[in-house]
Amino acid sequence: MLMKNIFSIIILILAVLSIFAAQYCLSDYALRTFINISIFIILAVSYNLINGVTGQFSLEPNGFVAVGAYITALLLLDIEAKQDQFSLLDPHPFILSFHTDSFFIALLAGGFGALALSLILSFAVFRVRGDYLAIVTLGFGIIIKLIALNFAAFTNGVQGLNEIPKPNNFLYIVGIITIISVILILNIIYSKYGRAMKAVRDDEDAALAMGINTFRIKTLAFGTSAFLEGVAGGLLACYITSVTPEQFDFLFTFQLLIIIVLGGLGSTTGAIIGAILVIGGSEWLRFLDEPMSIFGYETKGLPGLRMLVFSIILILVMLFARRGIFGDKELSDIIFKRFKK
Amino acid sequence: MSSTLLIQQIFNGFSLGSMYALIAIGYTMVYGVLRLINFAHGDIMMIGSYACLFALNFFAFPFIPAFGFAILICIALGISIDKIAYKPLRNSPRISLLITAIGVSFFLENLINVLFTSTPQPFNAPSILINPINLFDIRMSLLDLIIPTLTIIILIAVLLILYKSKYGIAIRALAFDISTVALMGIDANKIIAFVFALGSMLACIGGIFWACKYPQIDPNMGVLIGLKAFGAAVLGGIGSVGGAVLGGLIIGFCEVLIVAFVPDLAGFKDGFAFIFLVFVLLFKPTGIMGQDYERSRF
Repeated sequence: MLMKNIFSIIILILAVLSIFAAQYCLSDYALRTFINISIFIILAVSYNLINGVTGQFSLEPNGFVAVGAYITALLLLDIEAKQDQFSLLDPHPFILSFHTDSFFIALLAGGFGALALSLILSFAVFRVRGDYLAIVTLGFGIIIKLIALNFAAFTNGVQGLNEIPKPNNFLYIVGIITIISVILILNIIYSKYGRAMKAVRDDEDAALAMGINTFRIKTLAFGTSAFLEGVAGGLLACYITSVTPEQFDFLFTFQLLIIIVLGGLGSTTGAIIGAILVIGGSEWLRFLDEPMSIFGYETKGLPGLRMLVFSIILILVMLFARRGIFGDKELSDIIFKRFKK
Repeated sequence: MSSTLLIQQIFNGFSLGSMYALIAIGYTMVYGVLRLINFAHGDIMMIGSYACLFALNFFAFPFIPAFGFAILICIALGISIDKIAYKPLRNSPRISLLITAIGVSFFLENLINVLFTSTPQPFNAPSILINPINLFDIRMSLLDLIIPTLTIIILIAVLLILYKSKYGIAIRALAFDISTVALMGIDANKIIAFVFALGSMLACIGGIFWACKYPQIDPNMGVLIGLKAFGAAVLGGIGSVGGAVLGGLIIGFCEVLIVAFVPDLAGFKDGFAFIFLVFVLLFKPTGIMGQDYERSRF
C-alpha cells in the first residue's frame, strides 16, 4: 500500500513537472499540441467512466462538450463582442444579459450546464439498454448539434462564436484541471460507487438483485462524465478560440471512442495513453497531407491521405490488439502485479 | 392545404422513405446476424453512387450497365470488408468489432476523398428519369414512381429469400443462435458473406436512387443517411426486415411532411428520425416490430 502511494505521488510529480517542462522546452506548435492532448485526456478519462467502467454505451459526449463550449464562450464574450459577431439574427436579449471575466466561473457554468442536461436526459436514455442506448444517445448528440445550428439568436448558427478570450496562463489552467480530473475519476473508480459501476457493467440484473440502485449509479457516472466533458468543452472553446456546431459532430464522439478503445476500455491509464497516441499521432501524420517527394517523384498534397493512413492503422490495431493497449488494467496493476482478473 | 399538395408530399415521403428502407434492410440483417452496428454500411451506399458516377463519366457506360457495375463493386466491397475487417474478430468483444466498423467507415470516406477530392460531384441521371411529368395536377418524376415500386418488389424478393430459400433458413438460424449452426452443417461464414452481399446490393441501389433524386454526391453523404437508416431499423425493431421497411417509411414520411407543413422546423430535418426514435423507444424499448433484443430474429 505504501509502495502504491509513493508510486502515485511520483506520477503526480512527473505530471506537474511535464507541464513546466512543456512551458519552457516546447515550440509554440508543440505547446498547442500539448494543450490539445491535455484537454483530450480530460475528455477520454471522463468518457471512459460511463463507457468503460459503467459499461453504458453512450455516444453523446459531443453534445455535452458542445453545451460546455457554448456556455463558456457566451459567458466570456463581452456584450459588444456578442453584438458585433451575431450576423444571422440579432442576439437574444437573454444572452446579452450576462458576462463574466472570471475564467473559472465560465468553465464551471459550462460543466454544470452539461451536468443539468445529462440529469434530464438520463431519464430518457437509461430506459433502454445496450445498442439501443447507443442509438438513442447518438440521436441526442445529433439533436444538440442541430439546436446549436438552428437557434441562431443564441448560438449565431453555422458561423458560431469567435474570438473567445483566452487567459494568459492557459497551459497551467489546463494542466491543473487535467490532473484534478484524473485524480477525481480514479477516486470515483476506487470508491464504493466505482465498484457498483463495475458491477452494473458486468451484470446489470445481478447488480440490481444485490441491492444496487442501478439507475442512480448509471446517472452518477453519466453526470460526472458530462460535467467534466462540459468543462473540457469550455477549455476546447478557448483553445480553438471559436465554437461552431460542425466541431461537435458525432465524428467527435467517434474520435473519443477510438481513444478509449485503443487504450483499453475501462482503463484510465489506457484512456490517457490513447489520447496521447491518437491526438499526437494524427498531428504527427499531418505531413502526409502536405506535398512531398518520394524517390524524387513530387506528389502534390493529397488532403485526406492522413486520415486514410490513420484509419488503416486503426483497423490494424483493432485486428491485432483486440482489447486495446492496456486491456482493463491500470499502470499500477501492471507494475505491482496485482491483476484484477 | 390543397389535397394535391398533400398527395404530392405523400409521394415524396414514400420515395424518400423507400430509400431509407432499402439501406435499413442491410443494417438490420447484419445486426440480426452479427449483433454489429455496421457503421460502414452508409459508406457502401456512398461508394455505390460514386461507382455509378465513375462508370457513367469515365467508361461512358449507359445508365443501366453503370447501375449494374456499381452493384457488382458494392457486393465485392461488402464481402471483402467482412473477410478482411470483421471475420478475424468474430470471437472478440463486440466493441472492438464496432471500432473496426468505424475504422472501415473512415477508410472508405477518405479513400474517396483522396481519389475524387472532397468537393461534391454533380450526378447526371438520365433525363427521362428526372424530368417532371404531370399526373392529375401532381408534379412528379418517373423516378418518384420507380423508387417505391422497385422497393416493394425488392422487399418481396428479400422476404421470399429469407422465408422460402435454403439461404434464408440458414440466415434465420444464424440470427437465432450463431454458435449452434455449425453443428447443423451450415457454413456460417458463407452465410454471413451472403448477408453482406445482399445488404451491400440494397445499399448500392438506395445510394444510386439517392444520387438521382438529390444530384450531388460527396464522400460524407453516407454518414448521416446511414445513421438515419439505422435509426429507422431500430425504430421498426432491429432484426426485423419488415420493421426496417416500416421504420424507413415512417421516417421518410415524417421528414417530408413536417418540412412541408411546418417550414420553421426545416432546420431540424435530420433530427426528426432520432426524436421520433426516442419517443418510440420510451414506450416500446425494442422498437415497433422488435422482439426481445437479446434474441432478435427475422
